Amino acid sequence: MYSLVQKRRWYYGFSLAIIAVGIVIMIYSLVTRGTAFELSIDFKGGSIYELKFTQPGANEDNIRAVFANYGDQTATIQRLGADTENRWSVRASFHEETEKRKILDDLNNLAPLDRSLSQDESVSATVGQEVTRAALFAVLVAALVVTSFIVLAFRSVPDAFRYGVCAIIAMIHDVLIVAAVQSVMGIVFKWEVDALFLTAMLMVVGFSVQDTIVLFDRIRENIPRHLGEPYETIVNRSVLETIHRTLTTQISVFFVMIAIMLFGGASIKQFVFILFCGLVTGSYSSIFIAVPLLVSWEKREFPFSLLGKKPELTSVEA
Amino acid sequence: MRGHVRWLILILLLTGFAVWVSLPNTKLSNVTDSCYNTSDNLKPDQGIHLDFNDDCKDDFGLNVKQVFGLDIIGGLRVLLQADLPAGSYTVEDLRNTSNNVSKRVNALGVGEATVQVQGSNRILVELPGVKDPQQAVDLIQKTALLEFVDFSTVTNVSQYVGRKILTDAQVQADQSRAAAEAESTAEVTQQATVDVTAEATQQTAAEATAEATQQAVVPAATPVTPAEEPGVPDPTTGKPFHTVMTGSGLQSAAAQLDQSNKWAIRFELTSEGGQVFGPFTGGAIGKPMAIVLDGIVLSAPTIQARLDTGGTITGNFSQDEATTLALQLRSGSLPIPLRVVSSQTVGATLGQESVNLSIRAGVVGVIIILSFMLINYRVPGIAASLALLVFIVLNLAMFKIIPITLTLPAIVGFLISIGTAVDGNILIFERMREEMRAGKDMDTAVDEGFTRAWTSIRDSNLSTILISAVLFLFGQTPGASQVSGFALTLAIGLLLNLFTAIIVTRTFLHIILAITRGAIKDRHWLMGV
Repeated sequence: MYSLVQKRRWYYGFSLAIIAVGIVIMIYSLVTRGTAFELSIDFKGGSIYELKFTQPGANEDNIRAVFANYGDQTATIQRLGADTENRWSVRASFHEETEKRKILDDLNNLAPLDRSLSQDESVSATVGQEVTRAALFAVLVAALVVTSFIVLAFRSVPDAFRYGVCAIIAMIHDVLIVAAVQSVMGIVFKWEVDALFLTAMLMVVGFSVQDTIVLFDRIRENIPRHLGEPYETIVNRSVLETIHRTLTTQISVFFVMIAIMLFGGASIKQFVFILFCGLVTGSYSSIFIAVPLLVSWEKREFPFSLLGKKPELTSVEA
Repeated sequence: MRGHVRWLILILLLTGFAVWVSLPNTKLSNVTDSCYNTSDNLKPDQGIHLDFNDDCKDDFGLNVKQVFGLDIIGGLRVLLQADLPAGSYTVEDLRNTSNNVSKRVNALGVGEATVQVQGSNRILVELPGVKDPQQAVDLIQKTALLEFVDFSTVTNVSQYVGRKILTDAQVQADQSRAAAEAESTAEVTQQATVDVTAEATQQTAAEATAEATQQAVVPAATPVTPAEEPGVPDPTTGKPFHTVMTGSGLQSAAAQLDQSNKWAIRFELTSEGGQVFGPFTGGAIGKPMAIVLDGIVLSAPTIQARLDTGGTITGNFSQDEATTLALQLRSGSLPIPLRVVSSQTVGATLGQESVNLSIRAGVVGVIIILSFMLINYRVPGIAASLALLVFIVLNLAMFKIIPITLTLPAIVGFLISIGTAVDGNILIFERMREEMRAGKDMDTAVDEGFTRAWTSIRDSNLSTILISAVLFLFGQTPGASQVSGFALTLAIGLLLNLFTAIIVTRTFLHIILAITRGAIKDRHWLMGV
């Protein structure tokens, strides 16, 4: 039987390395830009303009000048797509409707705007604060739901606490990795944390826990069937038995996501990419983090050696 | 077996219905055309309308039109907030304001406009497909204060047209607003001293205090908005002009051609309006009267007769001018001034591209999944693929019937639910394989597969449905509304999946096995083993 669980130190090292790199990037971002993640207008308020000019003529400087005219010195101006597309995105402070219209008219003077291919959105600070509050509340409720789900799923199992903690560690692992990905994308592509990012993150948490629970279920089932076998062997057997299902399911979801990322519209790619990363790390962490942690705990390896010696009667007989 | 055949018939009927609903322009109606002769009862181009007793009322009605979000068909979405301190108006005022906004929006002739009161101080307006969003915002936000003003003291009437005048109704409105604002300032300042950490509160407090101080210095009669120039008072008395009646006294107004083929506005008064307007006009025949909107004199006609129930405003109006004035009279003043707190404008053709791309992505994804299931699981794969197609059609029908507004995130939610929909089948088939490898015969293995995989399927769907519920609640915040579309389509997909993954797949599988039993019996590879 192929042994997956024995190489657990490698998996721990690999994950820790990625998370460490992610944290370094987040700190770098925090130092250089003052924030680990660029928040979108969903949370902090402001305006975003996506402009499509029908002719060349607009450039970063004259667009900036238009916004500066309305007291907006710090607008972020970015070219979208190829040079020939004449598409720009501008992130600015909150503009009232009348002001917005004047700005758009002035921009139209730089080069004719194609309004049917342009869009704009503005969110006042108050609405942004409400979304932030709602987001924090959603995270809190989701954490509560997921924890209750874990408690319920393992309520009648020996060592329920152990399983629960390992599932939660795997979940935190996924959240950290997705956060690291977002931070990198924030630096490279100026991706922002918006309401949809949070949505993706909560979905990741849900998928992660669910995957882990399916695996743990199998271990639970196998323990009484293979009495006398060492814990490590039982766990390894369980992983191999379910890995086919995990891979098959994930592959079918990946197909859809890859299709959206390859063929789908630009506005949604960021959301789907984060979901995709979350699913990959969710499946990875169930097999390579949550389950090996159970074995490490059983064997009282570091850091579980700090918990003291294991009791005489181990869960193998349970 | 009889049970399976019964299920099969039910599934086929349901699927047939769903296919019909999900096709464009679904229509079924036995209502006679004569029922649709009035202008406010237009013949619907879609939906199910059954009228069994010919009373022109649907005995069974179902609207089956697919609604698309702004990000797909373009348009305007504005969240308006009452620009008055909380407590200085009632819920009823807000509802009236919303009704007036509705009237104005309908005058634009946008198809599916929604105007909705949100919470205690906000109104959400959505105008999908609106051609000129800026005009729309203007029209919505206009805090038209319409007045009929006594101009009997004025001699050079024509000079006043187009100018801003000061009236006692304006003074009154400003005073009540200033009073309410001063009151709330006191409250906010108190809060700020208590809660020093709340930065936002502090800011508002500081702003409000500054404003209040300003108000204390200037005379109470000056309008609150300091940037605007004050209106001209009555030159003979030096006091504000006398407002006879405000827009609330009007019942209706419409533009029409008069006998001399000139455009005029015909208006009707409410009974309260008539009680004021009748005596006034009766005592001022031959004298001028001004129609004033937001302090600006729109027109200053001469009173020709006593008007108790209504009258006609004549002047040198073009058709456009007459229509606009009639609209302004009709929609009247908003009881509460509104401020835009968030808005979104999407170009009309921008979203279409994304939709086409998403549909292509969905089709590609589904084809890959179908081939994957067929190659991996063979005969059971056929059952699962058919079940997946049923799943997709049922979903599309649900979107139209409920109805679900399809936005880009909602489409993604649906596509992801397609991806997870096969998860149930995979769990079942993997179990089935294991049982067959363990030496069980085909029928037992199939049954075991379904019963044993059930808990896993239930648990995995449950955890995602719970997360969707949390997300749906999060999406109720006006600023995060796109999230609720995603959560909703995903949750619907997961619930339908419980039905298709278990019952539909099982029925299809049993029927297929019954037909092809001989061929499969000794060829276990056909079962994916």
